[in-house]
Amino acid sequence: MSNAETLLDVSGLTKHFPIKGGFPIPRTVGAVRAVDGLDFTVGAGESLGLVGESGCGKSTTGRLITRLLEPTGGKILYKGQDITHAKRKGLAPIRSEIQMIFQDPYASLNPRQTVGKIISGPMEINGINPAGGREKRVRELLEIVGLNPEHYNRFPHEFSGGQRQRIGVARALALEPKLIVADEPVSALDVSIQAQVVNLLQKVQKELGIAFVFIAHDLAVVRHFSQRVAVMYLGKIMEIADRDDLYDNPRHPYTRALLSAVPEATVEDTPRERIRLVGDVPSPINPPSGCRFRTRCWKATEKCASEAPPLVQVEGNKAGHLTACHYPETDDVPSPRLTKSPQAAA
Amino acid sequence: MTSTEQQPFLSVRDLKVHFSTEDGIVKAVDGLSFDIAKGKTLGIVGESGSGKSVTNLTILGLHDRDRTAIEGEIVLDGKDLLTSTERELERLRGNKMAMIFQDALASLSPYHTIGKQIGETYRKHTGASKKEARERSIEMLRRVGIPQPEMRVDDYPHQFSGGMRQRAMIAMALVCDPELLIADEPTTALDVTVQAQIMDLLKDLQQEFGTAIVFITHDLGVIADIADDVLVMYGGRCVERGTKEEVLRDPQHPYTLGLMSSMPSLDGPVDVPLQPIPGSPPSLLNPPTGCRFHPRCAFVDKVAGGLCSSERPLLEVADGRGSACHLPKEQRKELFADLAVIRHN
Repeated sequence: MSNAETLLDVSGLTKHFPIKGGFPIPRTVGAVRAVDGLDFTVGAGESLGLVGESGCGKSTTGRLITRLLEPTGGKILYKGQDITHAKRKGLAPIRSEIQMIFQDPYASLNPRQTVGKIISGPMEINGINPAGGREKRVRELLEIVGLNPEHYNRFPHEFSGGQRQRIGVARALALEPKLIVADEPVSALDVSIQAQVVNLLQKVQKELGIAFVFIAHDLAVVRHFSQRVAVMYLGKIMEIADRDDLYDNPRHPYTRALLSAVPEATVEDTPRERIRLVGDVPSPINPPSGCRFRTRCWKATEKCASEAPPLVQVEGNKAGHLTACHYPETDDVPSPRLTKSPQAAA
Repeated sequence: MTSTEQQPFLSVRDLKVHFSTEDGIVKAVDGLSFDIAKGKTLGIVGESGSGKSVTNLTILGLHDRDRTAIEGEIVLDGKDLLTSTERELERLRGNKMAMIFQDALASLSPYHTIGKQIGETYRKHTGASKKEARERSIEMLRRVGIPQPEMRVDDYPHQFSGGMRQRAMIAMALVCDPELLIADEPTTALDVTVQAQIMDLLKDLQQEFGTAIVFITHDLGVIADIADDVLVMYGGRCVERGTKEEVLRDPQHPYTLGLMSSMPSLDGPVDVPLQPIPGSPPSLLNPPTGCRFHPRCAFVDKVAGGLCSSERPLLEVADGRGSACHLPKEQRKELFADLAVIRHN
């Protein structure tokens, strides 16, 4: 998929959250199949976008990769080392290489600690003493993320939402990680601030060569940030491809519907294609048999109900463009995007 | 605005809403005027703290009366709402004007069935019997596209999915066929595929009943989809207004342009960085002098005499189109073209 050295190799990853019920002795009565068999890789320095609607398992995936959750099944290889069920001790050296940026900049910073303390926290825990001291390093980090190093002694409440997210980025960078999992890092921010943080992450990714797993529901933001994109639905990957392949030539009906549902701030003379899905995402407790998307798909047949489509390179796809569909969209029906912007290509 | 010959259904004139807080006076809305005709949708865009929600709570009379100072005029169908008594407003709310909120789960009572909550409004305003109200609830649920409404009418909110709750809330808002519907970020909490369904629903219902809609959102994409006219708010003031086409094709205020250039798109060039607006939105406790956008504006130094920081730019409106900026019109075209790399239409 990617020519670069593979950093993270995930295969058959599953996470089922048990549902407890019964009285007086609670028993497991079912499971929320949040993530149900994922295969993907992330190359060194590459950014992979994970998109999908709420409940598709994208956040759970992020937490599994960072091993904040224990996987139910499957395998996670980090630099060839199996970390699927690694214990605290075995994870310690890897934890410093895989960092996370959270969605809510208000909830993910300790209000009683100064910015300096927050950002140097990871160094303290890992016993790292950079040359020139931790304070110098923190000031450097503040500078990198576009904050004033003088703000070292301030508290989180003295900052705006966008600035707090910058603090979160600085903290994630403190240990010079190889991989950052960013879970909806900009969705809580105002539009004008969103762009500032996206640009910052992009700068960090390019200049420091850090690989990213970028989790978001906003397809436009993901397109802007990621080199490769995976579309998830109900715990499974529906389609994964290089960015341009996915956005210009979506082969999965769900990808296509998702793209056509995004409202865009343009006024067009000829309205673009609209696919309106009916209903809501089914419950992951009891997902549809076969293809999980079939209950909302306009192409679904009996085959879709009985047989789960494998994630493969369907005919006409470029290498690395994998689609899980029995009836992939074809080229002769132009994609919702291709019909539109001839100038954009120019 | 576009239909000048038509009598506006809702008319807001020079509205000022100031709250007193422990820290001082918050000028949440500072001189806002707009009109909306029946069957039209006015989109109000702005970021958090721009005063868009406060404006609409004030229209409905849902503000805290003890702590709020209001000036100006809000006239709904010939009746001034600001001088109306609470009783009179009660008769209008849910009947002639209704509101949809962002968070459907928080706006529905968890202890009552969906049907009861929809029927309650109906009974209050029409004096219908319980049975009639139930019939009406079922009819409303059917109209907003809830499958098997006869059965779902007895469900509790937690049994509905997010999109269905939002539909139920729309059903509740529309139960008395209101002539004005205020929708405050009604789709923000929803997934895009469900958001698209809800917006189609609102458009259909508007076409059927000729409702005037005020649609508040931070998303210009949603505006492009649903609005007829657009009003862009910043720091409690309107900075630009016009029809959707005028504003999105040819923005005349640096803030509108900045918003558009900072938004990533699905088909624009990808390898150029986004162009964010520097800084962050102003505090309304202590707003900047002059033009409230000037500390973040890229064109401040293009206006002579430091006018931007000393004098409030007036919103000059002709034919419903206008923008509040000191920059001479002739200069804007040229200057804006430089910044508009990201934009592609």
